[in-house]
Amino acid sequence: MATKPSFGDEVANLLQHAEGNPLQTCIQCGTCSGSCPVVKYMDQTPRRIIGMINAGLKDEVLKTNTFWYCASCYQCTVRCPSGIDIAEAMYALKRYTMWKNQYKEGLIGPTFSETFVKTIVRSGRSYEPLLAPTYIFSYGIREFFSEALNATNLMLKGRIPILPPRIKRLENFRRMIAHIIPIGGVE
Amino acid sequence: MKEYVYFPGCSLEKIAISYHLSAIETTQKLGIKLTELEDWNCCGATAYFHVDELLAYTLVARNLAMAEKVGSEVVAPCSACYKNMYFTKLHLSEDPDLTEHINEALQEDNLLYSGTVGVKHLIEVFSNDVGVEELKSKVVYPLNGLKVAAYYGCQILRPKKDHEDVEQPQFFEGLMSAIGATPVDFPLKLTCCGGSLLISSRPAAYSMINNLLYNAQQAQADVIATACPLCQVNLECYQQQVNQEFGTHYSIPVVYFTQLIGLSMGIPPKKLGFGKEFLSPKKAIDAIKNIKNQEEVITQ
Repeated sequence: MATKPSFGDEVANLLQHAEGNPLQTCIQCGTCSGSCPVVKYMDQTPRRIIGMINAGLKDEVLKTNTFWYCASCYQCTVRCPSGIDIAEAMYALKRYTMWKNQYKEGLIGPTFSETFVKTIVRSGRSYEPLLAPTYIFSYGIREFFSEALNATNLMLKGRIPILPPRIKRLENFRRMIAHIIPIGGVE
Repeated sequence: MKEYVYFPGCSLEKIAISYHLSAIETTQKLGIKLTELEDWNCCGATAYFHVDELLAYTLVARNLAMAEKVGSEVVAPCSACYKNMYFTKLHLSEDPDLTEHINEALQEDNLLYSGTVGVKHLIEVFSNDVGVEELKSKVVYPLNGLKVAAYYGCQILRPKKDHEDVEQPQFFEGLMSAIGATPVDFPLKLTCCGGSLLISSRPAAYSMINNLLYNAQQAQADVIATACPLCQVNLECYQQQVNQEFGTHYSIPVVYFTQLIGLSMGIPPKKLGFGKEFLSPKKAIDAIKNIKNQEEVITQ
């Protein structure tokens, strides 16, 4: 009889370049948490998240901000004595919550990532002013004004383009993307 | 003459234009030819990998496939572009099925990825391919007395690629010594600048920037040198906000390593993109001016 995969296996399956479930080799030493520069802002430390995944605590893991607060600095990955690519596991959790559209309320990361991807699909290159609305209203009035001031200064210094850049062979580029994702996504 | 395919990446088009200008100027002086990859697209940054890996690899593969048509090595000045290109190449080499799938998509743009192009970060070109000795021979105005915090950031070094030292690298300091500057002891040189958390988790990013600036200040650095556009923007353009947030008084210029190398080679500051920063690295530029003035006095 087929059995339902555990939450740990589901996450491990999202680690495209791993064999088996590397998270199960975790010895709970805490090197990852000790190396993480963002740990004090996380609901749960990276070590605890791995422990929770291995214990099958799916709902508890998914409602933390931990993986969306990972800056992908890979300090944990290069130091892990069990050789687990922990930053990649954080990516896997990000993808998992994006696909399920199920993540902690108030996070900016998912919306930002989505907008970023849409910008690239549309023009082939990134353009900061199109990304700003995903976060600029989220940090209060003082931050709003200081961000606007920063943008103005950058523009005055010639560091923000007036028009969004686009690649030349955009039609080919879009067909290429449609080939990889056969339905939806490309207008 | 050394030749590379040059992949500037989105940041270098505008927000990090100084990095672009100084990369072109300094490599030219060293007899290196950088040919910009035609019609390159975004490397996918980190955001693309959050959403869909396959799509992210396809984006990178398009650039690599175009690069292999025109050269044998592609060089990226941005650490994120570099990391994405390096690891996409590695993963595609390990996974022929994935490569085949992506190649089907690349046909839409008449491209074929075969994995023949090597991937390098710009700083590797200076530290490995050019080397400290050759660099020294091109220095006309050594930046004597300038205390530099050589800031590696993350993705030049991590994830680990081979047997390189990811805990105590010295190649960045080596470059700074070669141009006469004094690299200071900067313990947080490998610690993350916050990256895109500046957008998605701002309080966390401010605290990370604060730690780095505090560390650089303790080390009495005149300037922080970086090799990544995101590090430059986070550390420089948000210094004022960090000061407000933490009641600090930082005023530490943050420049690209190529800008400092360019100064030492006697390239005019404007050509290196100086003047576009929020905090002027006056001390670095003055060091050069003083030498020039002295020379004029002597020749007169």
